[in-house]
Amino acid sequence: MNPGILRATTTRILRQLRHDPRTIGLLIVVPVVLMGLVYAMYDGSPRVGQILLIMLGIFPFVIMFLITSIAMLRERTSGTLERLMTTRTGKGDLLFGYGIAFGTTAAAQAVIAAACAYWLYAMTTAGAAGLVVLIAVLTALLGVGLGLACSALARTEFQAVQMLPVVVIPQILLCGLFVPRDEMAGWLSALSDVMPLSYAVEALQEVGTNAEPTSTFWVDLVVVGGCVILGLVLASATLRRRTA
Amino acid sequence: MTDGIVVTDLVVRRGRSTVLNGLSCRVRAGRITGLLGPSGSGKTTLIRAIVGVQVIRSGTVTVLGSPAGSPSLRDRIGYVSQAPSVYQDLTVLENARYFAAIAGVGAAAARAAVDQVGLAGAAGQLVGTLSGGQWSRASLACAIVGDPPVLVLDEPTVGQDPVLREELWGFFHERAVAGVTVLVSSHVMDEANRCDSLLLIRDGALLADDTPAAIKAHAGTDDMDRAFLHLIREGAAT
Repeated sequence: MNPGILRATTTRILRQLRHDPRTIGLLIVVPVVLMGLVYAMYDGSPRVGQILLIMLGIFPFVIMFLITSIAMLRERTSGTLERLMTTRTGKGDLLFGYGIAFGTTAAAQAVIAAACAYWLYAMTTAGAAGLVVLIAVLTALLGVGLGLACSALARTEFQAVQMLPVVVIPQILLCGLFVPRDEMAGWLSALSDVMPLSYAVEALQEVGTNAEPTSTFWVDLVVVGGCVILGLVLASATLRRRTA
Repeated sequence: MTDGIVVTDLVVRRGRSTVLNGLSCRVRAGRITGLLGPSGSGKTTLIRAIVGVQVIRSGTVTVLGSPAGSPSLRDRIGYVSQAPSVYQDLTVLENARYFAAIAGVGAAAARAAVDQVGLAGAAGQLVGTLSGGQWSRASLACAIVGDPPVLVLDEPTVGQDPVLREELWGFFHERAVAGVTVLVSSHVMDEANRCDSLLLIRDGALLADDTPAAIKAHAGTDDMDRAFLHLIREGAAT
């Protein structure tokens, strides 16, 4: 890796995003509107706060997965990836460039979404709001890592979008949003145990119920962080300087 | 004269078909070498092998004395692929600046490259809004930024208007005179006359490697298309 190239790559990705104000608008507005829907739907039920909290972890994961897999697919199909592979750009420069650029974007999104959850939708957590944002950024990076890796399996945008129901939706179904994980059938909870999003959700729930970070929280954080690195390693394995 | 690029017995297979079948050629530094052949003849595959992104079956490709694809070559080759590979959601100048940063040169070099390809007036425009010809010049600007000693250009003049094409060839000549190895592919035989030497390929094999004048003299014609046809017939007869 080369710091200058990494910086240039990160700047380039952020510039691309800046030229697309509609996408930025959607990134910021959609989570807030969807949380508003949930807030209205549960109409004062005590469960609403818990659901909003989980949603704060799911949004960045889903959105960054989608954006990253499409962005990387475009690099492959437009030939810019091949061109970059003839230059001094290393795999790390490109992958971390995406991670930093979209991680920063996700942080902005998470801060705004969390602010709306706390102030507009009266969500409360026993722990610090900063920890909620921290987990949101980590799940965003998880989405980036998996998105980078999965884009290698897709040849077209249609296929890339279809990765969402394969990779992302099972994690949402089993992460504890619909049924608490310890109430699931054994095999379902075992499946849930190998899905990284489950740990992010557990960490959020820990922040929701405990004033101070618990040991479970730290373990969850390490697991999610490990999965981010695993995703980047997988993605790196799919990048080849030479292709057939 | 020194060899910029040396290809020896290169065999490339894509899927089940053999795209290049034991091709050997040399591309000298300090002159423009035209890589000509019909569509599907293997030009792009040869170019990809030279810039080091093509998986090869056997043979060797050496650029400036190092095996193609070596890390030491990565800031020494300016590569324009056939499809203009620049970011369409960035402006021309932003693209050039990005590739300038990768090449380790500053924003002034990016600006100079954009001027050089005649896009000064469109520097602030998003690439996605440009015409096809402007788009491929934006791609060329990203390849020449930082003045690399080897330029490998896959059909860089397609879709350019005659005046611009003249200017681009003038620029390639300037670079060649400065000692750069310039390899330009084209399927337009007219452009062959602008090259200092030619590589004619068909079906993955080299038909001729000579100056345009010598190739035409050999075929006894002044027309490059006819000369090419002559070479193909000659090859079929032997």
